[in-house]
Amino acid sequence: MFADYYNYWVAIILMMLGFYIVISDANLIKKIIGLTIFQTSVFILFISMSKVEGGTAPILADGITTYSNPLPHVLILTAIVVGVATTALGLAITARIHREYGTIDENIIHAQDEEEYEDDDEAAS
Amino acid sequence: MLSQHLAVLQVVVPLICAPLCALLPLAKPGNKLGNNLAWLLATLVSLTTFIIALLLTKEVSLHGVISYQLGGWAPPWGIEYRIDHLSVYVLLIVSAIASITMLAARKSVEQEIAHEKISLFYSAFLLCLTGLLGIVATGDAFNIFVFLEISSLSSYALIALGNNRKALTASYQYLIMGTIGATFILIGVGLLYMLTGTLNIVDLQARVPELLSSRTLHAAFAFFTVGISLKLALLPLHLWLPNAYAYAPSMITVFLSATATKVSLYVLFRFFFGLFSNEITFEEFQLDKILLPLSILAILIASSVAIFQDNIKRMLAYSSVAQIGYMTLGISLATKSGSIAGMLHLFNHALIKGGLFLAMACIVLRTGSVQLKNFAGLGKRMPWTMAAILLLGLSLIGVPSTAGFISKWYLLIAALEQNNWLAAAVIVGGSLLAIIYIWKIVEYAYLKSPIRQSDKYFNERIEAPLQMLIPLWLLVAANFYFGLKTSFSYGFAETAINNLFL
Amino acid sequence: MSKKRSLILREVCKLIVPAVLLYAFYVQFHGDYGPGGGFQAGVIFAAAVILYALVYGREKTQKVFPASVVRYFISIGLLLYASVGVASLVMGGNYLDYNVLSHDPIHGQHLGIFLIELGVGITVAAVMIMIFYMLDEYAD
Repeated sequence: MFADYYNYWVAIILMMLGFYIVISDANLIKKIIGLTIFQTSVFILFISMSKVEGGTAPILADGITTYSNPLPHVLILTAIVVGVATTALGLAITARIHREYGTIDENIIHAQDEEEYEDDDEAAS
Repeated sequence: MLSQHLAVLQVVVPLICAPLCALLPLAKPGNKLGNNLAWLLATLVSLTTFIIALLLTKEVSLHGVISYQLGGWAPPWGIEYRIDHLSVYVLLIVSAIASITMLAARKSVEQEIAHEKISLFYSAFLLCLTGLLGIVATGDAFNIFVFLEISSLSSYALIALGNNRKALTASYQYLIMGTIGATFILIGVGLLYMLTGTLNIVDLQARVPELLSSRTLHAAFAFFTVGISLKLALLPLHLWLPNAYAYAPSMITVFLSATATKVSLYVLFRFFFGLFSNEITFEEFQLDKILLPLSILAILIASSVAIFQDNIKRMLAYSSVAQIGYMTLGISLATKSGSIAGMLHLFNHALIKGGLFLAMACIVLRTGSVQLKNFAGLGKRMPWTMAAILLLGLSLIGVPSTAGFISKWYLLIAALEQNNWLAAAVIVGGSLLAIIYIWKIVEYAYLKSPIRQSDKYFNERIEAPLQMLIPLWLLVAANFYFGLKTSFSYGFAETAINNLFL
Repeated sequence: MSKKRSLILREVCKLIVPAVLLYAFYVQFHGDYGPGGGFQAGVIFAAAVILYALVYGREKTQKVFPASVVRYFISIGLLLYASVGVASLVMGGNYLDYNVLSHDPIHGQHLGIFLIELGVGITVAAVMIMIFYMLDEYAD
């Protein structure tokens, strides 16, 4: 069972690794890296699924009769661009957060926000 | 000639005008003429999308489903834009709210956003509008993912423009959670493609019933549920919503609160009743057993947390989480009338929350803060704005003759039809909790005397400008109109659900 | 930043950057016949510019690729893409129907794909260069 479906196992292991990094790491940039790993695992899932047994790369050439399925490749190109845009946006927001808070550790940022909430509550009462 | 291309023009018009808006400041980013031109272009484009949505409504009512082939390729090989009753219902809401937001936006945006970025703000707004309209118009599963990411990415950028530094952490958290949700939806689409070899929703609907025993289908359904719930802010995946709505620029909160989650609800309807038919969703996958307890918890917990908030925008954001619970409660009753009530609440809640957050934008414009203590005496100083908040609050609670009452009424009827006394009690209980937090605002505004602020003469009238008051009262009037005459809102929802359900 | 990089770095950069730019154009226009297309070409083009900026500094790079002009190209690429679709509408087909763009469908398809990929390549290259410029500004 492991040998037949090894591409799915690779995708799932990468997915869980990426997801774990997003949840557990406190550094904002490492979260973005985890998110990228998570998305990459999905790409591997799609592309490995597009391979046809005995088929070559889906580029027209003389003398070849069986091609792999080109549609998932196109879908993943789009998804890669989306992933790049997300990473770029996340890094830009992280750069701004560093400028405003002085740190990119999530726990310290939460602590600073909690202090502000308490100051607001004290001023309100 | 244009009329046959209306379906695609709905999405293409904002898409083309978005880069035009970014080009408008010409030589100098930040000059006032360029910013005003950008606002004018964005307003005209939003109004154009509203007119196109109205024309599409007329077309769909007369001729039924509109199918438009992108690029001339016939479905299922090509991407198809498919406009039916359900799509046109949500298209009207999104474009109407966008138009009202843009009509009221100019002064608020000038105050809250740095001058160099204002034309980019309008450009990102138009891209967000493109994404939301595209999600609703398309009939291809992967295209839904692409437009979903377009609208989400522009929302993250727009939310990060808020002037509080907490807007940045709110946007970051929304980015992480939203991307995970969208990736789950992508996995679901991929698994479905693996099973059937097609991405067209109508084609998938025809092929899914033969595959019911496959475990891959169950996995795809599970991934869809989690992904859509993350975007929908269904408890317990709602954590991004309160901060994102509280700290975004005021006009962005108006727009997102009334459209982003509604479009995610549309995606739920489209996938769970269009793609997997409602029989499969409720009998094979038992979605109602999961959705019902989560909706009840959402209504009770979110309303209770809203009561203790001092930042009124955060209070209204938690109230939004509760109202989304109402919509999913209607769906989880697993009947036609329940889903019609859920759709109806989608429509009415957009009007209510859009209006409430627009009033908040007026208050931020004039007083600079939405803390509860600043509301003291606001009833005398901003009479028209506070009156609008009072009337919209009554609609949120569900007082008869308002739009909120209509949706709660139909939700109650649907719950009682199933003899689901718990759901009925929760619907009424949620309204009682809403009375408490609306009363907090009303009490501070009308019954407390204004606080003295340093040298300012504290009794002066600081009413919001007319360009914000008129859209606000348009929404209030719409609340009462749709509270008294429900032939469109209820009738259209009924046709949509009847066409969707088996 | 006024400190100069080492001689080897500067000379190798001068050798590599033209080759990378040429490769970017190759990838852009051979997307129909091999792996390639707009997005990949845009990224490779931007990589060449960013390499130059890393070695020689942002100010020198901005003499050739000023930030204000790069900002316009972002919008221009997207407008090119959308305009091809609108041109299809005007010439009688559906949106993005390439068959009507030229005197026969094959040439129409060729022209349509060429223009679309060009639009994508311009926008992607401009966005990547712009992102680098902005993040570099934060570093100061």
